[in-house]
Amino acid sequence: MDLRYSQSEEAFRAELRSWLAEVVPVLPPRPSPHDWPARRAFDTAWQKMLYDAGYAGIDWPVQGGGRGASPVEQLVYLEELERAHAPYVGVNFVGLLHAGPTIVVEGTPEQRARFLPPILRGDEVWCQGFSEPDAGSDLASLRTRAVRHGDDYVVTGTKIWTSHAEVADCCELLVRTSDEGPKHKGITWLIMPMDAPGIEIRPLRTISGSSEFAELFLDGVRVPVANRVGAENDGWRVTMVTLSFERGTAFVGELLETMELLRRLKVSARRSGAWDEGEVRHRVGQMGAELDALWALARRNISQATRTGVPGTGASVFKLAFSELRQRVAQLGMDLLGPAGLSTDELPSADGGEPLGNGALVELWLNAFNRTIAAGTSQIQRNIVAERILGLPKA
Amino acid sequence: MDFDLSDDDRSLADGMRRLCTGRFPLEQLRRSEGRRSLDRAGWSVLAEAGVFSLRLAPSAGGAGLGTAQASVVFEELGRALVPGPVAATHVAAAMVEGAATGERTVGLLPRPGWGGPGGGPSLPAMVGDLGSLDCLLVVDGDAVELVETGELDGEPVEGLDPLTPMWFVAEIPRGAAVGAAAAAEAIWRDHLVLSGALLVGMAASTSDMAVEYAKVRQQFDRPIGAFQAVKHMCADMLVRTELCRAAVHAAAVAVDQPEVGDSVRAAAGAAMLAAQAADANARACIQVYGGMGFTWEVPAHLYLTRARVISQFLGSSGALADVVAGRF
Ligand SMILES: Cc1cc2nc3c(=O)[nH]c(=O)nc-3n(C[C@H](O)[C@H](O)[C@H](O)COP(=O)(O)OP(=O)(O)OC[C@H]3O[C@@H](n4cnc5c(N)ncnc54)[C@H](O)[C@@H]3O)c2cc1C
Repeated sequence: MDLRYSQSEEAFRAELRSWLAEVVPVLPPRPSPHDWPARRAFDTAWQKMLYDAGYAGIDWPVQGGGRGASPVEQLVYLEELERAHAPYVGVNFVGLLHAGPTIVVEGTPEQRARFLPPILRGDEVWCQGFSEPDAGSDLASLRTRAVRHGDDYVVTGTKIWTSHAEVADCCELLVRTSDEGPKHKGITWLIMPMDAPGIEIRPLRTISGSSEFAELFLDGVRVPVANRVGAENDGWRVTMVTLSFERGTAFVGELLETMELLRRLKVSARRSGAWDEGEVRHRVGQMGAELDALWALARRNISQATRTGVPGTGASVFKLAFSELRQRVAQLGMDLLGPAGLSTDELPSADGGEPLGNGALVELWLNAFNRTIAAGTSQIQRNIVAERILGLPKA
Repeated sequence: MDFDLSDDDRSLADGMRRLCTGRFPLEQLRRSEGRRSLDRAGWSVLAEAGVFSLRLAPSAGGAGLGTAQASVVFEELGRALVPGPVAATHVAAAMVEGAATGERTVGLLPRPGWGGPGGGPSLPAMVGDLGSLDCLLVVDGDAVELVETGELDGEPVEGLDPLTPMWFVAEIPRGAAVGAAAAAEAIWRDHLVLSGALLVGMAASTSDMAVEYAKVRQQFDRPIGAFQAVKHMCADMLVRTELCRAAVHAAAVAVDQPEVGDSVRAAAGAAMLAAQAADANARACIQVYGGMGFTWEVPAHLYLTRARVISQFLGSSGALADVVAGRF
C-alpha cells in the first residue's frame, strides 16, 4: 500500500498544473446554468482547449485518439482540474464518458473514424436515450421499436430524462429489435443523429427550475444500419460496457468538489459563529471523515482497476455512499444558510461584504436530490451490491 | 501510487487468519467466558507471531514492517475477537521493556478528564484485563506516563463483554514520564489506527455472518436474503465495512508516509468510522438472525459488546469528529 505518486506521475501533474495555471484564469465568465446554448458553447470551447493541449480523452486508449493515460494519471488529472477550479465536462459528459469509450471498444473502424474525433475536439455533443416512461430501473423492458427497412432502421417510441437533448448532435439510443426470448436479448444500440426528421424534443423542468433533461418523441426516425454498434439484439451487452464506464471514475471529480464545498462551509460557519455549536462541528467532522474515506476508496478502486484492467465492483459501493453523502453535505449548507436559504436570488452578507453565495448553494442542494436517482437509484445500487458482490439470491 | 494490498500484505493476512482460526477459534475462546485472567500461553503465541514487535526494527527484535501491515494483521485479530489489550501492547512495544516479547502486558488509558484529541472518558475509569496487566500507559496532550498496575486500586466488576474482564478504578495515580508531547500524540494516533483495524475486522465478520445466514435461512419458501429489506441491510453492512477499511488503511499509510497527508486527522476519522461500522453491523447482524440473534449462543452480541469496549477508550464519535473538523 503506497499513496505516494511516482516520478512520472508527478511529472505529469506538474506539466498539467502549469498549463491549467495559464489557461483557467483567462477563461470567459461561466454562462448561466439555465442558458443551454451558452453552456454548450462554453463547454465545447473548453473541450477544444483540452484537445489542443493534448488532454482530450485522457482515459481513452491511444487507438481511439485519446491520451491512454493510466488510471492513476486520470486521478491526478481530476485532482488537478479540481484544484485549478477548471470547468467540468458539462454537456460533453455522454460523449466523453459513455458513448465515446463504448465506440472505442465496440465500434467498427468506420464508426471510430466518424464519431470519435468530433467528441474529442468538442465539435459534437451527445445525449443518452436509454430511459423510457415505462422503463427506468427496469431498463431492459424498453419498448422504443426499430424496424429494418433496407439500409435503415425506422425508430418509433418515447425516451425520457434525456439530459442535454436540446443541444445534442448525436444520441446513443437503445431500441427494441426483437420480442422473442428474454427481454434483454432483443435490444440494439444505435447512434441516432439528432437532426434526423421525426424527432420532437420537449424540455422537462427539474425541481431546481432548469431544463436539465427532456422527453424525446421519435416518430419513424430513420437511422442508418451503419450506425449500429455491436450486433443486432446484442445491445444489452454493449450497454453493460457503457454502464461500467459510468460507474468507474466518473464521480471522482465531484467527490473532490464536495470536499472543497465542505471546507467552504467550515469557513462560513467560523465566520458566522455557528462553529461554536458542537453539532455543526460534529457534522463537519463526520462528513469530513466520510469524504476522506471515500477518497481512500476511490484510490483503492483505481489501484485495483490498474491491476485488473476494468473498474471493479467497488464502484457501486462508492456510488451508493457518495450520492447520499453529497446530499448530507448540501443539507448542512442549507442549515447554515438558515433563512437566507429561502431566497434563490443572491443576498448580501450580514456584514455587507462578499455575497453569501446562497443562490448557488440552494441550487446545489436541490440538484443533489438527483444523485440517488440518476445512473441507477440507490435501491438498485443496493440490489447490485447484495446480489453481485455478496451473492444474495434475486427476489 | 498503488493503494491495493500487495501480495505480501495478503499473505500476511492469510497467515494471521490461519493462526487465529487454529489457535483462537471462537468456540474455544467462548469456553473461557467469564474468565478473569488472560490466557498467557495464547499471549506468547501472539508475541511469537510478531503481533507486538511487527513495527520494531530488526535490530530491536522486530520485523521492520509498517503500520499498513500492522493494520492488516490487526483486522484479523478483530475478526477472530482475540481478547486482551493487543493494540495497547503493540503501541507500547518501543517504550516498555518486555512488551514486544509478550513478557509484559500493557494497557492504555487516556488521562481521565483530558479533553484533547479523542477526549477520553473521565473518572471513575473502567480498565479491562487489569488483573493481567503489568503496567498502563496513561496518555494526555503533554506526556505519556507509565503506571505500574500494583499502584492501582481496582475493584473487579462483571464485564459487559464476557471476554473482557473489567475493573472499576476510582483513581489513576501519576506515573513515571516515559514520553513527551510528540510521543503522546504518536502513541494516541497509532492506537486509534490499530483499534480501528480491530473494529474493521469485527464489522467484516458480522457482515459475513449475516450474509451467510441470509442465504440459508428459509422463510416463505425462499432464503430471507431474497427479501429486499434483508438484502439492503446486508448491502449497507458491506458499504460500511469497505469504507472504514479504506479509511483505516489510508490512515496507516499516512503514519508510514507522512508526506501523503495529515495522519492525525486520518486516524481520528478512520477510528470513528470503524467504531460506527462495528457497532451498526453487529446490530444489523442481530436483526438478520431474528430470534436466534437474541440468543447467547449466536456470537453477534460478543461483537456488539467488544465494539463498545474498544471504542470506549477511543473517545466518543463527537470528540473524534471534533478532531477531524478542526483539521479538515
Ligand atoms: C438528473 C437526471 C438525469 C438523467 N439523465 C438521463 C439520461 O441522460 N439518459 C437516460 O436514459 N436516463 C437518464 N436519467 C434517468 C435515470 O437513469 C432514471 O431516472 C433511473 O434509472 C430511475 O428510473 P425511473 O426514474 O423510471 O424510476 P423508477 O424505476 O420508476 O423507480 C421509482 C422508485 O422505485 C424504486 N425501484 C424501482 N425498481 C426497484 C427495485 N427492483 N427494487 C427496489 N426499488 C425499486 C426506485 O429506487 C425508485 O425509488 C436521468 C435521471 C436524472 C434524475
